[in-house]
Order: sequence, then C-alpha cells, then structure tokens
Amino acid sequence: MAASANNPLLIEVKDLQTYFFLHEGTVRAVDGVSFNIYEGRSLGVIGESGCGKSVTAQSMMRIVPSPPGREVGGSILMYLRDGNGAAEVVDVLKLPAGGPKMRSIRGQQIGMIFQEPMTSLSPLHTIGDQISENILIHEKGVTKKEARERTIEMLGRVGIPRPQRLVDAYPHQLSGGMRQRAMIAMALICGPRLLIGDEPTTALDVTIEAQILDLIKKLQADLGMALMYISHDLAVVGEMSDEIMVMYLGQVMEHSTTDEIFDNPLHPYTVALWRSIPTIEGKLERLVPISGSLPSPFAVLPGCRFFSRCDRRIPGVCDAAPPPLKEVVPGHLVRCFLYQ
Amino acid sequence: MSAQESVAVSSETAQQTPIAQKKRSAEERYYYASQRELIWWRFTRHKAAVFGAVVLIVLYLCALFADFLSPYSMDTRFEGYQAAPPTPIHWIRPDGGFQPYIYGLQRKLDQKTFKWIYTEDTSKLYPLRFFVRGEEYKFLGLFKTNIHLFGVEGAPIFVFGTDRLSRDLFSRIWAGARISLSIGLVGVFISFTLGVILGGISGYFGGVVDDAIQRVIDFLLAIPGLPLWMTLSAALPRDWPTLKMYFAITIILSVLGWTGLARVVRGKILQLREEDYTLAAIGAGASDWRIITRHLLPGFTSHLIVSITFSIPAMILNETALSFIGLGIQPPAVSWGTLLQDAQNLTAVAQQPWLLIPALFVIATVILFNFVGDGLRDAADPYQR
Repeated sequence: MAASANNPLLIEVKDLQTYFFLHEGTVRAVDGVSFNIYEGRSLGVIGESGCGKSVTAQSMMRIVPSPPGREVGGSILMYLRDGNGAAEVVDVLKLPAGGPKMRSIRGQQIGMIFQEPMTSLSPLHTIGDQISENILIHEKGVTKKEARERTIEMLGRVGIPRPQRLVDAYPHQLSGGMRQRAMIAMALICGPRLLIGDEPTTALDVTIEAQILDLIKKLQADLGMALMYISHDLAVVGEMSDEIMVMYLGQVMEHSTTDEIFDNPLHPYTVALWRSIPTIEGKLERLVPISGSLPSPFAVLPGCRFFSRCDRRIPGVCDAAPPPLKEVVPGHLVRCFLYQ
Repeated sequence: MSAQESVAVSSETAQQTPIAQKKRSAEERYYYASQRELIWWRFTRHKAAVFGAVVLIVLYLCALFADFLSPYSMDTRFEGYQAAPPTPIHWIRPDGGFQPYIYGLQRKLDQKTFKWIYTEDTSKLYPLRFFVRGEEYKFLGLFKTNIHLFGVEGAPIFVFGTDRLSRDLFSRIWAGARISLSIGLVGVFISFTLGVILGGISGYFGGVVDDAIQRVIDFLLAIPGLPLWMTLSAALPRDWPTLKMYFAITIILSVLGWTGLARVVRGKILQLREEDYTLAAIGAGASDWRIITRHLLPGFTSHLIVSITFSIPAMILNETALSFIGLGIQPPAVSWGTLLQDAQNLTAVAQQPWLLIPALFVIATVILFNFVGDGLRDAADPYQR
C-alpha cells in the first residue's frame, strides 16, 4: 500500500458492517471491512460466493436491497474534489439512500458495471436512450442533442462498431459482449472518479472477457479513474489490480499489493486459493480444493471464520477469539494468528 | 448478433438498391416489422374487433356531432304528438319515383283504453330532405348554425318515436350518448390515474406503504358497490349544475373502479422491480419517480391498455344503472340511463316499446367494447399468450 500513498485518497471505508435481517436470523454479510481507494489506482476484491464482495460494493453505492439489508455500522468517507483539488468529505452512509446527494454520487462519482449484461439493460429503450439518460439526470442544461453526441462518442470509445447506427439499437439486437460494452459506456458517460466492476465478465465467454478487460484497463488509464474490480477469478483480478483484498465471510483476510500477494501469500485461505488454480508451468497435478464448505451464513463464530476449513488451524487459539487484521510486512495486512 | 447484422444489412441495401427494398417478401416484412406494426397486423386479423372499433368510432363521432345529426334539440316538445310511435319512412313515391318521404300523422283517442292511436294520413306527403335548416344550435360550441343532417318541412319526423312529454327520442338518444359514452372514458381515466399511481407506489416501495394501500383496497372491495354509489349520489345536492353533477357522478363511479387496476399494477411492478435493469437504473442515480415512470410502467403498457378497454363498458353500465334508478345524471341532463327511466313500468313498455331503444344502444356499446378489448388482448398483450 505504500505505493498508493502518492495518489490522493478517494474513498475511505472504515469498519463497514452491512447485515441482512432475515426471518431465519441475521446474516453478517459485511462485518468490519476497512480499505482505502486512491485516485487512479485499482483495487481487486476476491473471494468465494457469498463472502460479501458485492455487498461491499453495493454499500458504497447505497443500493443494498433494503429491507432486509442495512448498513449498521462504520463509515464510508468519500472525497469529492472539485476542479481546484479542494475536497469535500462526505460520509456516504449518513446520506439518505434515495436523496438527491446520494443520487448525484451514483452514476456521476461512482459508475458501476453490473454482472449480467443480458438483463441489466431495460428492454424497452434503445441503448443510446439509456446511456444519455445518465447525462440528462446528472448534468443540468445539457440538451438531448449534446447528450446524444456524447453517447455516440462514448459508444465508439468502448469499441462498439458503427456507433451512429447502433445508438438506436435495442438491447436484444446486441450480443452479450456488445451489451457489456454498452453497460461500460453507461457507467463511464458522466466521467466517474471510481468505476466498480462487479464481476463484469462472468457472463461472457473467454475471448470476449479478454477484450472487455483490456478495454476497462485502457479506459481506466485514459480517464484516470480508480477501479474496484470484484471477481472470484484470481487470474483476472491479478491482471486488473494494483492491490488485492481477499475476503472470506464478510471479513478481509489478507490485503496487499498484487505482486506481494502473488509472490508471498501468507493467510492459509489465500494459500489454499492459490493451490486450487491450475498453472501452465510445472507438471500436471491434481488440484487441491479447499476442504469443507462455507459455514452457515447465520452462524456466529467466536474465533477465526476460516477455522473449520483451515489446514494450519491451532485448536484452542483460532476458535477462541477472532484474530485481528495485522500489518505483518509493511503494506501487507493479514488476519491470522500464525503471524501475530 | 444476427439481429444486429440484419439492422445493418437492411440500411445498407437501402442505400445501394432502393428498388430491391420495395419488393420485400411478406416473410421479410414480418421480420422487419416494428412492435407497433405487429400489433396492428394481429389486431386487423381479428374481424370482430375491427368491426367493433369502426362502429364505436362512428358512435363516438355521432355523439360528438349530435346536434347536427339529430333533427331537433333534446328539449323540443311537439304538442299533439305524445308517445307517438316511430314515424315510418317510405322510399318509393305513389307515382313510382324514388324518394324517402313520410306521411302526416293523425291521432285519435281510443275511448276504451284512453290511449292515443296514431295513423298515417296518406293524403299528406312530406319528403325527407337532407341538410335542412331547422333549430339553431352551436356547432361543437364554436359557431351558431341551423343546418341539420336531415329533416322534414311541414311535419315532424320521429325516427325512434316520442316520449310521454312528446320529445323526439332519436334526438334525445344522441344527446344522451354524449354523457353515456364520455362518462366511460372520463371515469376510466380517473380510476386509471388513481390505480396506476397508488398501485405503482404500493408495489415499488413495499413495506408499510404497500400494506396500507392494500388494506384500503381490501376495504373498498368489501363494500357492495350499488349501495355505496346510491349513498354517495344521494348525498349530492340536487341543485348542482349539470356539469358539476356529471363530474361528481364520474368520481363516485371511479371510487371503486381503481382498485382492480391498482392490484394489477402492483403485481407487475413487484415483478419488474427485481429486474437487473432496475438495479442498474438505481445505480445510475435515477430517482424513484423516474424509475417507475420510465423503466417499470412501460414494461406492461399493452397490458394496461387492454384492461382499460375492458373497464370502459363496465363504467358505462354502472352509469346507466345509477341513472336508471334516478340517482345518476339528473334531468334536464340526458343520458341513456335517464332515458330508460321512462321504461321503468310495465304499461309504458307494453304500450310504447320504442322507449327501450336506448337499452339497445347500451347493449351494443358494451358488446362492441368487449370485441375491441378481446382483439387488443390477442394483439397486444404478451402476458395472455
């Protein structure tokens, strides 16, 4: 994280807790997550299904489905900078979720690419209408014609061929990759400071995925925005991010720069994740899966959350008290008793 | 991708070979057709619906131009022609020429039944003329004129007979059509607005708001309709002007009408708000109002149009029923329901069966609306297929 200190802080998430209150009990989907996002830098978030990656992103946008979900604690500080560099600090969690301030942050300050390009576009409007709608919502005094011009330009930029014509296409006329490009155009049209990609390539096939990843990286560099990239694909996250945060059951297990975490994984969960992916080099071996399965989401575990599946657990220590997140090496945070 | 390519292909061929495009096969036309064209094609295939739509348009035009269409005003009394039967119209003149004409009427009191008996006086022949000058009226409320579509000089013509106060029933039916036909549209507009707004709020926000609105609907649906309308309209002051009365009755009829629609809207919104594109719209910073009106409601417009078409005849029937029992539109204003009040007792119906003609108009209108609704549902509503 030392490398990121050069860039000014954009978002500071401190001890975020987002719970879902269901009939069966309380799901602590995000439980005390803290991290920083710096201008122009990219953060990758990885973890299994249900570990709180998407809920963290949704909390930052305040679009957690409520009820039953609610951000119960912590703060998300956003540094809204104007042209002169003077920053206004806003705690996103203190804003009313449907209020005008929050709506101006969504779309204008933070753009989000959703997972499913097939269903995230309204079937009733042309993609051009849906993209320029963002401009018309957020920027007062822009005429429809100007918005359309900018939409066409953005469509060209995200690699949609013949944008002048396809601006009037309906989503069903486009392929999955084209739709995801349109979604990216929609997320970027207002020039957000942060782009959140919530598994944006999961629904696409591998060749299109590579194109989309290249596109996102290129646009991030061109526009100088920060990127928060959520995925369960380690290779993709490694490709996309400057630093990586490993999450498990709503907690950050390990957080470091991409190089560090690939070269020197410390947490047993991260190590296990690394072991479970095939490598091109070396001889063909049986992959080692992580034993067991996720504990019940309703369970309240007194100790380490990974205890039941950990191969280096210390009975009596790991299941007694939760381990703290500790900076073991400078810029390398680990939540494990092995490194205390 | 195929659809996308076909978009491109079609416009490229348009630039290169404009002649080829005109010679598209029927199959090709089908694939290039817009949603609107498809609906139109399916609708026109439904013969009963097309027939219904055409006749309804004619009916509404007749109501609009009622003053011009009817030979007299709705209040004109013809002394000596009480409860006269429809005047027979003859077509072939005694000398063989073709011309529509009527004979003069003679009346005689039946000494046993004290009933007026009307007979044709074949010695007096009055030709039927078109675009004749008659009573002055204001054409569409714009300018004064006295030209009527048809009329007879020298004798009155009663196409549908007269009532007990010797007024021309034909003229009164068209005057009544204005209220009876428009009350359906206005009433449905009001209940549609209420239903969509309240149903939309109920479905979109959920929680306490949803519960509150649903309990109100439950309550309204539990009230028997006719007694409620009777109570409400009995509470209206009798001395209100016609227009005010008209809107009051419309609102009373709409009070119960919106509930069904609100339920439908709520159900659809509940379903659509879980779609990913709704989340994407929230993520883009759109307001609740914008999401409901731009992304949710258009998702089932066709469904709404169909249910509206089916609720118009119900509204017309309700107005007729209310006016029939004397609690709806009040005289001197005329609707089909008030016209039927004259046919309330058996002797009147037995001796002057033509007083039931307004009922035929009500029945015809309702059936025609149902035809159109049926056709629209088959053509436009994807949920019914």
